[in-house]
Amino acid sequence: MAQTREAAIVGIHEYPLRVAPGVSALQIKAASASKALEDAGLSWQDVDAVYDNGSHQNIGGLGISEYLGLNPRLIDNTSVGGTSYEFQAHHAATMIAAGKANVALLTYGSTSHSDRRAIGTAGATGQGSPTPFNNMEDPWGMTLISGYGMVKARHMHQYGTTNEQFAEISVATRYHAMRNPEAVKAMTDLEFVGVNEITTQDVLDSRMIAWPLHLLECCMVSDGGGAVIIASKEVARNCKKPPVWIIGGAEATKYRENGGDITVSAGGQSGPRAFEDAGVTPDEIDVLMAYDSFSITVMCMIEDLGFCKKGEGGDYVSQGILKFDQKGGPALNTDGGGLSSNHPGERGIFLLLEAARQLRGESNSQVENAKLAVAVGNGGQLGARHATSPTILAAD
Amino acid sequence: MTLRPQPRFPEPDTEPFWEATKQRNLVYQTCDKADCTDRVIFYPRAHCDTCGSLETSWNTSKGEGVVYTYSVIMQSRHPAFKDLGPYAVAYVDLDEGFRMMTNIVNVENPITDIEIGMRVKLVWQDQGDGEIALPMFEPA
Repeated sequence: MAQTREAAIVGIHEYPLRVAPGVSALQIKAASASKALEDAGLSWQDVDAVYDNGSHQNIGGLGISEYLGLNPRLIDNTSVGGTSYEFQAHHAATMIAAGKANVALLTYGSTSHSDRRAIGTAGATGQGSPTPFNNMEDPWGMTLISGYGMVKARHMHQYGTTNEQFAEISVATRYHAMRNPEAVKAMTDLEFVGVNEITTQDVLDSRMIAWPLHLLECCMVSDGGGAVIIASKEVARNCKKPPVWIIGGAEATKYRENGGDITVSAGGQSGPRAFEDAGVTPDEIDVLMAYDSFSITVMCMIEDLGFCKKGEGGDYVSQGILKFDQKGGPALNTDGGGLSSNHPGERGIFLLLEAARQLRGESNSQVENAKLAVAVGNGGQLGARHATSPTILAAD
Repeated sequence: MTLRPQPRFPEPDTEPFWEATKQRNLVYQTCDKADCTDRVIFYPRAHCDTCGSLETSWNTSKGEGVVYTYSVIMQSRHPAFKDLGPYAVAYVDLDEGFRMMTNIVNVENPITDIEIGMRVKLVWQDQGDGEIALPMFEPA
């Protein structure tokens, strides 16, 4: 398929704090929208499409439009967990290309840390209406982290992947985090033990949370948020910063399946489709922003998007290519990732933000001459029902 | 002792499964449509998730299978589990062709005594009210 450049990211903002007591999720969204529009050189009332996943203070696209004071001609409430923003970017680019809107606003705000949400270890809440999957999962005490632990265990069994190999993902991510002042502040404010670069041995020595996942393979739980402005090519040409073109996107889902292969994520379906949509191949990619809820999530994204063959991710991540100043493959999570910079629960928007920074030449760990980036989100739970969506982005 | 999270009702898809546990039967569904390509349905639903048929039947499992994968939880903040010590959650592939979430129990060290691919068999954990019971598995 021929590559099209009909819509671009033209404005971005990442809320700077990861511990933000006394601020609401809605206030984080509004502040981020204001700054992202300023970044684009657009005005508040230029926004004509509002995207919201409704996950915090749960008011959705109608409520957020009223709160912000906007009268959009298009609302999209797509909510698929952490990858909601890649789904929304795909939808926004498609609708803008169809002439249905000109300026789309995607916002995220969360106070997970200040609310003391034990996202990874709390287990079932027993709240809300019962569902079939609650009734068939909750009694056995699975925590969110152990769900990902089951995928890692199977990956190690099936392909011989080692703990040392998984640790490479954490090491490269922390290397980038230490170059990002907001990530350093995040780790400091969240009282990380040792705000410094780490080794694979540090990862292996960190305490086991849910075997085989160690603490340093698990993302933080922070406050935070951000905003992305996506605009038509006509609008993009008159914005303050160079446009970052959305050249491809795709979506897919996967579930716990009788006889299924838990090591293959939904990215096995959406990855190839996104690359086809963009008319590029994995070996052309300069920056890979892959959702690092846990080390295993990144391993699956790398393999399922085709950066290496399925099952060979362990060797792939061990060849010294993940850091921004190493050659031989795309740099991984150059902002410091969910592991070491920002994870309030639904990290997908930060993947788009850092990919855009790289393609503008604005990253703290800038990949030289970066032209192409992939932001791939994973929402829901990798070992059970989840969605995976890659957004492929190109520099102007 | 704080009770584990219990299945909650009304929830008509899964209620027959939990009713059957009162007689210590582990049940699963199959699609009645002969040309359906994957007739085993699990978790329970009122329709076939492969072909959409509304004609399904309940069957009783022998309760034997293999560990597909597992994780050992060292840190749970849930009141029913936080003082339990390390415990294993697993997906077990039953010989009848369905995969269910469960616990692997009656092992000394869940990290080293459980292996992916090992044969396991059904054991029931009573929930203290003399009614429903939780299906779990132990080494066969």
